[in-house]
Amino acid sequence: MTATATSRLSGLPDSPADLRTFLHGLPGVDKVGIEARAAALGTRSVKTTSKAQAIDLAIRMVDLTTLEGADTPGKVRALSAKALRPDPADPTCPPVAAVCVYPAMVPTAAAVLAGSGVHLASVATAFPSGQAPLEVKLADTRNAVADGADEIDMVISRGAFLAGDYAHVFDEIVAVKEAAGPAHLKVILETGELATYDNVRRASWLAMLAGADFIKTSTGKVGVNATPPVTLLMLEAVRDFRERYGRQVGVKPAGGIRTTKDAIKYLVMINETCGDDWLHPDWFRFGASSLLNDLLMQRTKLTTGHYAGPDYFTLD
Amino acid sequence: MPKSATPSRLAVRKTYKLYVAGKFPRSESGRTYLVDGDNVALASRKDARDAVVAARAAQPKWAGATAYNRGQVLYRTAEMLEARRAEFKSLGVAGAEVDAAVDRWVWYAGWSDKIAQVAGGANPVAGPYFNLSAPEPTGVVGVIAPGSLLGLVSVIAPAVVTGNTVVVVASNPQAAITLGEVLATSDVPGGVVNVLTGQAAEIAPWLASHDDVNALDLSGVGDPELATELERAAAGTLKRVIRPSSGVDYTEDPGTGAMTALLEIKTVWHPKGF
Amino acid sequence: MSLFEYAPAPESRSIVELAPSYGLFIDGEFGEAKDTFKTINPADEQVLAEVALAGPEDVDRAVAAARRAFESWSALPGSERAKYLFRIARILQERSRELAVLESLDNGKPIKESRDVDLPLVAAHFFYYAGWADKLKYAGLGPDPRPLGVAGQVIPWNFPLLMLAWKIAPALATGNTVVLKPAETTPLSALFFADVCRQADLPPGVVNIVTGAGDTGRYLVEHPDVNKVAFTGSTEVGRQIARSVAGTGKKLTLELGGKAANIVFDDAPIDQAVEGIVNGIFFNQGHVCCAGSRLLVQESIASSLLDALKRRMATLRVGDPLDKNTDIGAINSRAQLDRITELSEIGAGEGAERWSPPCELPDRGFWFAPTIFTGVTQAHRIAREEIFGPVLSVLTFRTPAEAVEKANNTPYGLSAGIWSEKGSRILAVADQLRAGVVWANTFNKFDPTSPFGGYKESGYGREGGRHGLEAYLA
Repeated sequence: MTATATSRLSGLPDSPADLRTFLHGLPGVDKVGIEARAAALGTRSVKTTSKAQAIDLAIRMVDLTTLEGADTPGKVRALSAKALRPDPADPTCPPVAAVCVYPAMVPTAAAVLAGSGVHLASVATAFPSGQAPLEVKLADTRNAVADGADEIDMVISRGAFLAGDYAHVFDEIVAVKEAAGPAHLKVILETGELATYDNVRRASWLAMLAGADFIKTSTGKVGVNATPPVTLLMLEAVRDFRERYGRQVGVKPAGGIRTTKDAIKYLVMINETCGDDWLHPDWFRFGASSLLNDLLMQRTKLTTGHYAGPDYFTLD
Repeated sequence: MPKSATPSRLAVRKTYKLYVAGKFPRSESGRTYLVDGDNVALASRKDARDAVVAARAAQPKWAGATAYNRGQVLYRTAEMLEARRAEFKSLGVAGAEVDAAVDRWVWYAGWSDKIAQVAGGANPVAGPYFNLSAPEPTGVVGVIAPGSLLGLVSVIAPAVVTGNTVVVVASNPQAAITLGEVLATSDVPGGVVNVLTGQAAEIAPWLASHDDVNALDLSGVGDPELATELERAAAGTLKRVIRPSSGVDYTEDPGTGAMTALLEIKTVWHPKGF
Repeated sequence: MSLFEYAPAPESRSIVELAPSYGLFIDGEFGEAKDTFKTINPADEQVLAEVALAGPEDVDRAVAAARRAFESWSALPGSERAKYLFRIARILQERSRELAVLESLDNGKPIKESRDVDLPLVAAHFFYYAGWADKLKYAGLGPDPRPLGVAGQVIPWNFPLLMLAWKIAPALATGNTVVLKPAETTPLSALFFADVCRQADLPPGVVNIVTGAGDTGRYLVEHPDVNKVAFTGSTEVGRQIARSVAGTGKKLTLELGGKAANIVFDDAPIDQAVEGIVNGIFFNQGHVCCAGSRLLVQESIASSLLDALKRRMATLRVGDPLDKNTDIGAINSRAQLDRITELSEIGAGEGAERWSPPCELPDRGFWFAPTIFTGVTQAHRIAREEIFGPVLSVLTFRTPAEAVEKANNTPYGLSAGIWSEKGSRILAVADQLRAGVVWANTFNKFDPTSPFGGYKESGYGREGGRHGLEAYLA
């Protein structure tokens, strides 16, 4: 661990052993309890005016994402256009928070988004596995930023984390943060691979201690992506981290969130766990693609009073 | 020297005192009453109070001993009981009844590490929880004992094998105190069984109303009015009350009821998750 | 005002058709009584219906009907009794939304609880005991267990239909017939249950419902032709019943009050512990005999835990029981509100520090904000007496032994909670707690297979599970 990394916040663990002690000293998480709490929050009934308000907020929180081998400039341009005007038929519909693409697609997206206020995020650091030498990861990051990305979604080395080499993961995040420069750093924990809630809590704190601006659940490329209890746990982590160190960190669930109903459950979760301070696109994002169209359909239902159909919304 | 005849030997008599906290004290009242020519301690309410204190003090450790250990100790009691066969006979107890009492004691001794398996178990709740019910002793039991040795054994053994401690009001004082001697010489910790001799009508109400007694066994109360009065007094702290309907035949298979009546079922829940 | 307010989301009450008045359900028929009383919605004090007040002669009729029905009901093969109970369980499932709304109307509990907790457990209880009816000889209670006869059952107002299920399902499965008296302030769901019995073609007299107040309950438990008395309610009334039943040979089970300790160790899963504390004391407005009303928190984490608890309490939504987002509904009655208010004032008067989150209470109806008292000691009345409301007393401890000692330092012994991530500590503490139900790293969980009941002055006998059969068999 580097001295520069640890000097940013006071009271940080300053050796690998300390870091381990710190992370393992965090309170445990009871699986049944946290899942029950997340499910209970999911039973909140959000109707009428609250629903309209929630849908617009959710749209503004979307990181509209395409991360396919088949991505082309044409696809990315279309997606970026949609990010700016999700519902061409309704000018009151807000833009999304960001477009999220592979580094190679950053210049294409940047050309569309420049000056719009919609952020441009790029996955870097040998996404999704993270299995590459550090220099490659750093170069990946610097390229993306140089090409116009103002947000970097990095992956942690889950292998190192599961092997107990927390300092390795910490140092990588610090290095990527430095390479990302002014860009905001989202740290993907890949919670589906961390397997236990205790690990998710530790990884969340590890990422925040190392300087993450956001902690993000998943790449979307493994079997288990964002789940309500995992997101709840990460919201608790950012809440507790700010209370302890005074620095606010954002949360981004990604993968598997497809419906308005699901999105609203997450908003309820923020509302009742962290409160108003996180109810903003600066502090909460949905990593999603198909979610946006469902939000738009529900939005139209509320404004027109009848149910909407998919043919009336653009595919991307 | 003239050869003199051997003088006939004068027997050493036993003094029947109370059995409390592993000791054999006189009644604090200094009172005795005559039974078959013997002066027997006539227990007072204060003796009952002291006996409850002794029983309460002994209870956690007795309940906390392993079931195996309690079984061993109670089996030892049966051995000592068998050894006193002649003495019980000399007190007028039929040989067959002494045998039955010993056998009953052995039967109960064997229950120590089995009753929890029979009375408890896992409950298949509809959720991700470990859920286990297990019996625990109710605590301190006041026992108004029946007169026969078999009856006496049949009310004490189920109470103590399950981890309770008892204050027994005995109506057959010599046999009861002799049983106390058996207990005192067989590794049963002092205070686990306390035996008071005297009048049930005098002592039992103090046990029935005592705040630190958890259960009351009225098996030996013959007078139905007294039994009802005691039952009513026991309601003050919601004691568990055993009141057999009538004329229990102690030679019959007692079943597990006498034990389960003095057990509390505790159910523990715990979530299951990685 | 928060950025994200939830608009009102009321469950429709049109699913419940209330008649202006209800009679007694005796021998399969609804009939009038001489007197009546009114039952109100505690959330707005509006009268819901007028209900018959059963006098001694009505109770006589009900017991006689149950006695007559006992002959044939107890002679039915267990498999036939089972089918009646399965049928009842199914009807309860089909009518669960209606009954949930009804329960929230009459009781004041939030619809999310009546819908997600009470009604599913009610149906599950009947399903569970239905299956026992033809398997009693395998229950470990002897080769040929026999029913007792007529059971007189008196239930409280906190879980009206669930307590009815806990009483009636095992009684019927074992071949007994019943006369049940619901609580004075919550008679309606029992009367709707009577209709369920008719729908199921349950033979007349097997279930009889007599509504009324304390006197009606007294006639019932003291009735000479009742063989079994089962009561859930306060320890004081339980004591009176135990006295009145003395010498009669009636079998008695009592499920009474509590003052449960919820013990939080410094190695607890904190966020779940906070949820468990909230669930422990604010579930059902704290009208729960097994509520975790004494929080025992390890001193070393007390202040941070209390901060987290207060933060969480600030998100509790108090108000309209029928709103799907309501967490804490109405206090069941004026009398109960008065008692909660009085004990809380005593707590403050004795020097404990009182705190409630800011919360707007409706103008009409009976309401009490979720409240905690800190700086409470064992000597305070609010640490010893059952408040039966959304009021938590917070005490601290230093060592596990001290926690156990304080937890057990009460005449009650119904339930307890333990929060710790250390298995051996949980098991050791669970062993030493004198309570019938111990929830470790959870709280207020119920299941028909899991026996429930107290030590000491919390009563005797168990309800639920195999053990629950014992109370109804000879």
